[in-house]
Amino acid sequence: MSALLRPADARQRPALRQRVFGRRRVLPGSGLSLGFTLFYLSLVVLIPLGGLFWKSTELGWADFLRIAGSERARAAYALTFSASFAAALINGVFGLVLAWVLVRYRFPGRRLLDALVDFPLALPTAVAGLAYTALYVPQGWIGRYFDLLGIQVSYSRLGVVVVLTFISLPFMVRTVQPVLLALEREVEEAAASLGAGRWATVRRVILPALLPAWSTGLAMAFARAIGEYGSVIFIAGNLPRKTEIAPLLIVFQLEEFNYAGATAIAVVLLLASFFTVGVINLLSRRQQRYG
Amino acid sequence: MSWLKKIAVPLLILTALAALVACSSDEEPSPTSTSTPTSEAATGTAAATGTAGAAEATAAPVTGEKIELLNVSYDPTRELYAEYAELFKEHYLFQTGIEVTVSNSHGGSGSQARAIVDGLEADTATLALSGDTDRLVDAGLLDEGWQSEFPLNSSPYTSTIVLLVRAGNPKGIQDWADLSDEGVGVITPNPKTSGGARWNFLAAWASVTESGGSEDDAKDLLGRIFSNVLVLDSGARGSTQTFIDRGIGDVLIAWENEALLATRDSDDYEIVYPSISILAEPAVAVVDDTVDDRGTREAATEFLNYLYDPEVQELIARNFYRPSDPDVLAQFRDQYPELKLVDIGYFDGWTAVQEKFFADGAIFDEIYQP
Amino acid sequence: MASHSVGAALPSEEPRQASTSVFAEPAWVRLLLIVVGVGFLGVVVILPVALVFEQAFALGAGFYLDAIRDPDTVSALRLTLTVAAIVVPLNAIFGVAAAWAITKFDFRGKSILITLIDLPLAVSPVVAGLIYVLIFGAQGYIGPWMREHDIRVIFALPGIALATTFVTFPLVARSLIPVMQDVGREYEEAAVSLGASGWRTFWSVTLPQAKWGLLYGIILCNARAMGEFGAVAVVSGKITGKTDTLPLRVEKLDKAFDTTSAFAVASMLVALAVVTLVLKVIVEWRTSDHESGPGSPAREHV
Repeated sequence: MSALLRPADARQRPALRQRVFGRRRVLPGSGLSLGFTLFYLSLVVLIPLGGLFWKSTELGWADFLRIAGSERARAAYALTFSASFAAALINGVFGLVLAWVLVRYRFPGRRLLDALVDFPLALPTAVAGLAYTALYVPQGWIGRYFDLLGIQVSYSRLGVVVVLTFISLPFMVRTVQPVLLALEREVEEAAASLGAGRWATVRRVILPALLPAWSTGLAMAFARAIGEYGSVIFIAGNLPRKTEIAPLLIVFQLEEFNYAGATAIAVVLLLASFFTVGVINLLSRRQQRYG
Repeated sequence: MSWLKKIAVPLLILTALAALVACSSDEEPSPTSTSTPTSEAATGTAAATGTAGAAEATAAPVTGEKIELLNVSYDPTRELYAEYAELFKEHYLFQTGIEVTVSNSHGGSGSQARAIVDGLEADTATLALSGDTDRLVDAGLLDEGWQSEFPLNSSPYTSTIVLLVRAGNPKGIQDWADLSDEGVGVITPNPKTSGGARWNFLAAWASVTESGGSEDDAKDLLGRIFSNVLVLDSGARGSTQTFIDRGIGDVLIAWENEALLATRDSDDYEIVYPSISILAEPAVAVVDDTVDDRGTREAATEFLNYLYDPEVQELIARNFYRPSDPDVLAQFRDQYPELKLVDIGYFDGWTAVQEKFFADGAIFDEIYQP
Repeated sequence: MASHSVGAALPSEEPRQASTSVFAEPAWVRLLLIVVGVGFLGVVVILPVALVFEQAFALGAGFYLDAIRDPDTVSALRLTLTVAAIVVPLNAIFGVAAAWAITKFDFRGKSILITLIDLPLAVSPVVAGLIYVLIFGAQGYIGPWMREHDIRVIFALPGIALATTFVTFPLVARSLIPVMQDVGREYEEAAVSLGASGWRTFWSVTLPQAKWGLLYGIILCNARAMGEFGAVAVVSGKITGKTDTLPLRVEKLDKAFDTTSAFAVASMLVALAVVTLVLKVIVEWRTSDHESGPGSPAREHV
């Protein structure tokens, strides 16, 4: 962590400052803005998270592994990650279609629909959970049709996937959309004039060009989904080892007075979050370079 | 200062628009808006007004002093304490001239105990079982021997555990053993977080050991029952909701009061009284640490003492808890069929129970393998 | 640039007209894609919202009005607005400072800083609540000391505001960074070399260019702050009429078997979400008006 904080020290030590800021700077305010950024970041994010790690060290390695690696916890991670990935993939397919339709075609109500894509960002997740649960119970508007097929959605893993799809929808659509907009029309036209059929153009030209943005969108949708709590607890049924997501396990551990256990699982989730965000930034940097 | 405008104006607009949504509630403080729309609350207010009116002559002068109490309770008591808070307010004003406002917090009993330990400043803890209240002793918030501070082991009301099934009892559930049948969907909360669920577990356990079965037989039955569990919520209310609102499962192992509440409002459910159940004694306590800190001991103590008053005992019975007052109990006898009950003494008290059944790696963890 | 603005404003360019046959999918493919895409949006977004209103008015408008006028609901609304009023300005100031530092200067560890700023978006809100309980709870690191000095954090407004600050932390910065990145440094550098002070440069050069990005971030931050559930649930104590926010109130009513009231309160939150979207669309329109100018928050991926 000390490495991360180096720029803060730099404020007080001009020599170091020279080394840290390589380029000659014209604009003022580097110390102030960076200092404040780091101060606030530390206060709200780093110190509390550090406290979390510190707390988890109260457990020995053996205990940490026993709790964070227990069968129940592993099942919860598995559900959290697989459901999040499934939701991201669903958005990867349908969200892509939606983005394509919104960018390329013109039809009545397009603008309204485009605005609605952001609804999941604005709607409190508890409301989403409440509505989705009511929608997918066997008597619900949609649940009744699944019920005819003998499929249970609310209170099953499927329910978790469904609600996570809602939560992470904008992340996919909004990442792909600008790239679709910016795709050079000439390239497509060139492909077409060279005799490529429309499908071949889509497959050979458009989709490869979309791939970096698409994978970034996928990762962002995934990252958003693994953290989700409010909506999932309404719809999941919360059955240990079956429909219990990892964040809920933390709450249960907490309610069972098992603080160390709660932090152990939290640390695992946190590392996963950190990793995912790191991957996203890597992806988007590459996209920046080649996209 | 145009920059200020640029940030402040949008913020203002946002807030104003948000407030717009609420304005219908802020602008018209109609007299009815002070009571909740539920019928239970209406009864409570009516009862409360009655009290004040009846004994007007001896009312203490209104001092204008105001205090606030926080009562932290378990899941199904939401309706009871919402009503009681109104009743108690009238009573205390009448008795002392002090206006007391009681706020309530509800959740799984274990979770609520945890919240108090973490610093939720409860004046009174009215949890589902004394074992949870004991955790406050461990945290130094409550003096030992708290259970002798109020009559009847600090249990102003009791309840028991029954089975709630769907109308017509399609799965033919008569007793605990039937819950382990294949194809029966069982709903119960999580014993790790819910007090009611621990009572559920013990009642089913006693059904085996009381009829001559061994502990291994009991483990076997509980194991099979829990393999039938479809949804494991963190509190009793969540389970009731899963069973009733969401229509999941064939049988709900429930507090008697929850079951009676459900059948009062609807014909879609029936109560099945098992051959044996457990005497569930929710215990009440004044949280010493908080009341000494806030100077609310007197009001908090009266808040719990008044629960034993016959009038409140009636309120308790109307909310389907078993009153401790024998006269009131007799009056509501029809509501509570005779039932063979064991009590927590049968299991050597909560400390032993916690260690044997619900601690990490204890019997519950052993048998619960979904 | 390694940051994304989720749901960022798009230039409201007209969709390309598929006029020539080489360039267009067959009509039936187009129709199919529209049906699939729009149908997906309908099932995922529109239906749940419709259901909220249907359920909210299931017992008539009178009941609905009573439900949203309930004093406990009103106090929950008040708390929700108070929290937003504390959190949003704080995160807005932070967002401006962070965006300035990241886009106007080069320094080592920048990508790590960006990752750290993004982190709260992926951290489970429950973890966010947990860390504050661990620090400020009565059993926590500084909880006992705070208690001695009569400072209440957990189970009171400060704790709720802190947890909300954490989960909404990156939203303004994320919206601003791409915009300020796009603008580049030339304008500011020119202003400074012409003798303008740092603050002057910021107020009269940077902010006008970035204002829509800032406003956009503020709108997103505000929406999330008013809707947060998981983090707030862990630190609130759920005291009816005191530490219940609107989302917690929804859950509580749902648990009290008062489903219709729960949906009524939920519909208030949906209304707030609609307001958010409308504001967002307005910002996007303004942005596209200015698209020729340097201050467009669009095209952060281009």
